[in-house]
Parts: sequence; C-alpha cells; structure tokens
Amino acid sequence: MAVALEIPTKKWTGHVREVVLGATATEGGTRAKTVTVGGEGTLPFLDFEVPMPNPPRVAIEIKDRRPDDWSPVLQGVWGEVMDDPAEWSKAVEKLDVDLLLLSISLTDSEGNETTAQQAASTVRKVLDSTGLPLVVFGPGQTEKDIEILVAVAEAAAGERIVLGVCDDKNYKTIVAAALAHGHLVDARTAMDVNLAKQMNILINDVGLPLDRVLMDPTTAALGYGVEYGYSAMERLRLAALQGDSMTQQPMLVTPGEEAWRMKEAKVGEDVPAAWGDWEERAVTWETLTATTLIHSGADIVVLRHPQSVSRVKDMISKLWKKGE
Amino acid sequence: MALTGLEIYKLLPKTNCKDCGFPTCLAFAMKLAAKQAELAACPHVSAEAKAALESAAAPPIRLITIGDDDYKIEVGNETELHRHDKAFFHMPGLLMRVRDNQPLAEVEELATQVDGYFVDYVGLTLNLDGMAVESASGDAATFAKTVKAVRDKTKRPLILLAADPEVMKAGLAEIDGTTPLIYAANAENWEAMSALAKEQGAPLAVRADGLESVVELVKQVKDAGVEDIVIDPGTRGFHDSLNVLTQVRRLALNAKPDRLLGYPVITFPGEGSESPAEESMLGGQHIAKYAGFIVLDHFNPAVDYPLLALRQNIYTDPRQPVQVTPGIYEINEPGPDHQLLITTNFSITYFAVANEVEASGMPAWLLIADSEGLSVLTGWAAGKFDADKIASTVKTSGIADKVGHRKLVIPGAVSVLSGELEDELDGWEIVVGPREAVDLPAFMKMWKP
Repeated sequence: MAVALEIPTKKWTGHVREVVLGATATEGGTRAKTVTVGGEGTLPFLDFEVPMPNPPRVAIEIKDRRPDDWSPVLQGVWGEVMDDPAEWSKAVEKLDVDLLLLSISLTDSEGNETTAQQAASTVRKVLDSTGLPLVVFGPGQTEKDIEILVAVAEAAAGERIVLGVCDDKNYKTIVAAALAHGHLVDARTAMDVNLAKQMNILINDVGLPLDRVLMDPTTAALGYGVEYGYSAMERLRLAALQGDSMTQQPMLVTPGEEAWRMKEAKVGEDVPAAWGDWEERAVTWETLTATTLIHSGADIVVLRHPQSVSRVKDMISKLWKKGE
Repeated sequence: MALTGLEIYKLLPKTNCKDCGFPTCLAFAMKLAAKQAELAACPHVSAEAKAALESAAAPPIRLITIGDDDYKIEVGNETELHRHDKAFFHMPGLLMRVRDNQPLAEVEELATQVDGYFVDYVGLTLNLDGMAVESASGDAATFAKTVKAVRDKTKRPLILLAADPEVMKAGLAEIDGTTPLIYAANAENWEAMSALAKEQGAPLAVRADGLESVVELVKQVKDAGVEDIVIDPGTRGFHDSLNVLTQVRRLALNAKPDRLLGYPVITFPGEGSESPAEESMLGGQHIAKYAGFIVLDHFNPAVDYPLLALRQNIYTDPRQPVQVTPGIYEINEPGPDHQLLITTNFSITYFAVANEVEASGMPAWLLIADSEGLSVLTGWAAGKFDADKIASTVKTSGIADKVGHRKLVIPGAVSVLSGELEDELDGWEIVVGPREAVDLPAFMKMWKP
C-alpha cells in the first residue's frame, strides 16, 4: 500500500529585491552587459517552492597595484598582469566571471598614500579595459574611503558601479556620491541581523532607493567562524522571505578575501603534512567558504583564484534551475 | 512530536488510583508532558497506550549508531531545519570508499592512510570516521577478502555496500565484532537484507528513487522488524540533493508520513560529481544540508582537512560562546624583549589574532583575558573586557616575570581605555594596536622594546 506523501512547502510572504549592476550604452554607461541579482522568493535553490529568478553571481577581486600581502599562490597564478590593473581586468574578462571588484590600496607601490585622483584614474582605466560591471572598494579607512570613493563615483558617473564598503561611519557621504552619479552601495555590517537591517534603514533614510543597495553582512573564512556568517545570512534571508522589507536586499560577501588571509590558504611552508598540497588546499578553502555561503543566501561571492571561480561557477550552473 | 498533557491523559486509565504517586491521572499526565515523570510509574497503562506514548516521545529522526565502543559514529536525533534555531547535534560521518575490484594492496594502503589521518584544528583532533567497502565484482569471496583486508588495517566503523544478499552475507562474516551499516535494501532484495540486518543487529540502509518509493521501502523493512534504518533517496547532483534532502528533513521533523522518513540520510557526493573538486563542494553542501553519512571517493588531505573543518563549524552549537582558556600564549618562541599583546578569549577573536601574530613571523606574547567568550567590543560594552579586567589579567597572569619591558598593546577598538589603564597599571605604557587583527603584522614591525 502506497503511503500518501505531501511535499511540505512554505508559504513565504516576501521576496528579495532585484538589483541591477552596471549600465550599458543605452543606459548611459559603457558596460557590455548588466547583471541582475536578487529576486528570490524562497531559500537558495529550493525551486520546488518557487522558481529562483537569478543565479548567484561570481566576482573576481583585483587590486589597483600588485598587492604586497597576497599569497604566493595568487601571485603565481596571476603573474605579471598584477602590475597593471588594466591588464589584470582584461585577464579577468577572459574567464567565465560575472563581475569585477577593484579594491584600492591605501598606498601606492612607493609607499605614498594613494590619492583620490590616482584612484579615479585607475577606475577609469579599468572601465575602459573591460565590459564587466564594476564594484569598487576603498582601502578600508573611513577618511580615506570617503575621499577616494567620492572621486571614483564622479569618474565613473553613469556606470552604475557599486561603491563599497558603505558603513555606519561613512554612509552619508558615500550615499550622496552614489545618488549624484547614478551608482549603488555595498552596505557592510558585522554579522548581525539587526545591524544589517539598521544600516539599510539609514541608507534608505538619506534617500537611496533600496533597489540600489546590496547588503554585505560580512563573512569569515572556513575554520575561522564561517558559521557565524552562514547563520547571520540564513536568518537575514528568512526575515526577507517572512516579509521584513528592510532585510530584502541581495547579499554580497567576500569569501576570497577572507579565505586567502588564513594560513591554510596563504602559507605553504612549515605546515603540517596533514594539510596536504598547498594550492589544492588553498583553492578548496576558498571554494568551500563560498559554497557554504551560497547555500545560505549569497547573491554575489567575490573570489580571488581563477580556479575557484571556474569551480564555483560550475557548481552554480548545477544548483540553479531557472524553473518554469 | 511531543504530546500535550491532555493528549497523554486520554491514553491513561483515568482511574485516579494514585499508584503512580500522583493524586490524579491528569496530574501524572502533566508531569509526563513536562518530562518530570516516567510512564513506567503507572502499573495499569495498556500496551497500546504505552506504544503510542513511546512513539510520541521518540526523536523525529532516529539515532543510528555504527562501529563499536572504541570507534563509533552516531547520527540522527536532529530537531532543527536551521542551526540558528537551536543547533545541529550529530555530525555526519565522513567515510572513504574502496571497491573489491581494486588491487588488495591499494585497498590496504588506503585503509591505513584513512585510519591514520588526523589534523589539529583549534586544539581539536579531527579524523575521518571510517571506510565504506563496496562489492563491484559481485563475487562473495572477493568481497569477503576485501572487507577482511580493510578490517585488518582499521578498527574504524564500516559501511558494507552490496546489492546481492549472498555477497553481503559473506562480507558480514569478516567484520569481526563491529556493527556496520548494511547498504542497501532495494525493492528486489529487501526481505533478505532485512533478515541479514536483524541477524547482525546492524542498521540497514534503504535505497529507492523518489521519496514515495523510499517511504514504501521503509515501511516494508520496518514491518519485517528492522528498526535502525538509514535512507538513500537516490538523488545525487547539487540541485536534486539539496531539494530532496530539505524535503526529507522537513517531513521528518513533521513526523510525516507516519514517521517513515525519520531516519538519517546517506549521500555519495562522488557519484553526483564529474571531478574531485566538485565532490568536495557537494560534500560541503551535504554537511550543511542534512546528510547523516557521507561516503567520499577521493582521499586527499588538501580536501579532507577543509571538509572536516567545515563539519566542525556547522555543528558548533550557536548557543554556546566558543572560547579558549585565558592565560599566556607564546607565539613564535618569544623572549623577554618581545612584544606583549592582549585580547579576549572569544575563540574567533583569539584565532584571528593568534593567526596574524603567527603569520607575522615575529615572536610575541599573547595575553588572553577571560571575557567569558565575548569579542573585544561586546566584551568592553558588557564590562567583561574593561580596564579593570585587563589590569587584573596583567597582574595575576605572571606576565610581568616573563617580559623585561613594560609595554602592553591593547586592541584598537578599546583605545579609549588607555588612560584608565595607565592609572591602574603602575609603570606600564599602554600602546594602542590596530582595530583589526589583519593589520597586526604591519603594526608589529614597528616594535621597539
């Protein structure tokens, strides 16, 4: 005798906002394409409930100059293009990748502070070298970020780039720059549902429409607290689906940066034999961090190693079915 | 699904005889619902009522144990869809597969490697849990020989995989005292497999394609008297595994249909992948999303360490702050002239800081204050990492005997404490360090004793 089986579906009342990154010539920019993220009406890939309209997207992070502190594995795989952000962005575009993240260093290769003009001209150069929609991160110090991102916003006017990171200390200025020049912001908070929500409210209060806000709840690497990021994101996504409007932003996270900071990825010498082959371990560290976050609701993952990008893209192609 | 006091009351004799020690049957029912009494206290309860009450008290996902007292895998007893709702309790077993058509020497080598593999992670020793031995030859003697070879090299738990009950029986003859998982009963062989499972006292996996077929098969082996069951719904790839394992977990937690899916799930990420890289990511999915046993097809420390770390992370209890022991930590063999830094005992803070200090290559003393598992800023806000706590940590730790200088680096996030600290710590100079651990190596380069 067959037993009746009813698949339990949840009746969600909310969904994630769609956000469009980049602007093509017809929209006032110069990007070859735009990328749409968000729109989910259920937990990641559970399309037996509702179709998932957009897949998670993969971005590659490059720097404005050869970074001093990146792992030799990354230095080796990228090689000479790291000396020129224009060449680097061209190398990125040859890969199967959706977005480019340019992160501006605090100092130039001579050790002098990066000026706003330098940063703006690098951004222009990168925009001229690639058709990918762009995300630009400042060096991560409030005053410097404000100075640099304001100039970058102006230099990239109309391109609908993402300015980051936008946080509780700089949001008024960053949002004003985004509003003035037609950009988006990446709203970063520290792995906490209420902080993320509060940040979205503040940004919205100073006038930026929510279809121009990505939420960046911060992640940690595998082995170093990834479960905190995982659960914060899962809770944010559940809140969005339950109809809490101020949590309905697509999520961007940076598993590449986090994973490659850790010894397991960064270092190959004087480590236990049980850690195995360095490059494979490093790439697995990055891809497993990304895998975990994609399963808890990441809409954009920012990676560093080309091999990780192709692995994660491949996984997404197998996870995501647009549905009918 | 736990029953309410009134639901339990309906199942009791309702005679108020007081033999249980409570004044009325209703009072006894209320105590039972609150788990403050045992049903055995009632000598008059009917067999049917007893069965109904026991079944209602059972966990929504049955606890399944394989192995022996020294090495065992326990999975199941999960109660949540999301770890943040409470916790995930029993980490999935990670086992490595060999097949009986591989050369015996290769099988023995792999079993030895898996058995001896361990990695230190934040003070814990992480291991793979055992071996899965599959009959690919279809020959009983070959299978038996392979099981024996594996068993000779490792005492860790085993899963035996064979479709032919005669082959399975030959393998079971070589397991030497451990309780294996028998994989698998299907629509054709379930009667013989159920008999073997009962004879062996071992859990039985059932394999069918589609949940309705799984449910039917579970019902059949259950009716045949097998209680310990593991299910394989036949899905393999990324999309279908996630969707179907989510459905299984939801149905199990709802005790639907008739609790017939309330068992741990076994997965084979290698079968749903085209490469070892894909297998590692699919294994990652299965760790986060609801597998009980995960059978891997590639032994590679560079992949196994990340998978073991992920399993540890996902199964960390979010209700408990994760902390390290307060005290003095020596990094890169410091001497009296080397720098001294203080931070909290929240383990993520500790590991972030210790990791950066270690990566800097510079010797340093790391002093860990007892912030009761709080991070720097929350610890400061809660008074668990304030000037008093920092000063008393310095004074009671004995660090003053270890360093010749009197300079203490505090986290940049609590720079506001420096004045107060210099008052409390006579003769000490307070140096404000970076806000983020990642900036420590650059900061530490500026050190002068």
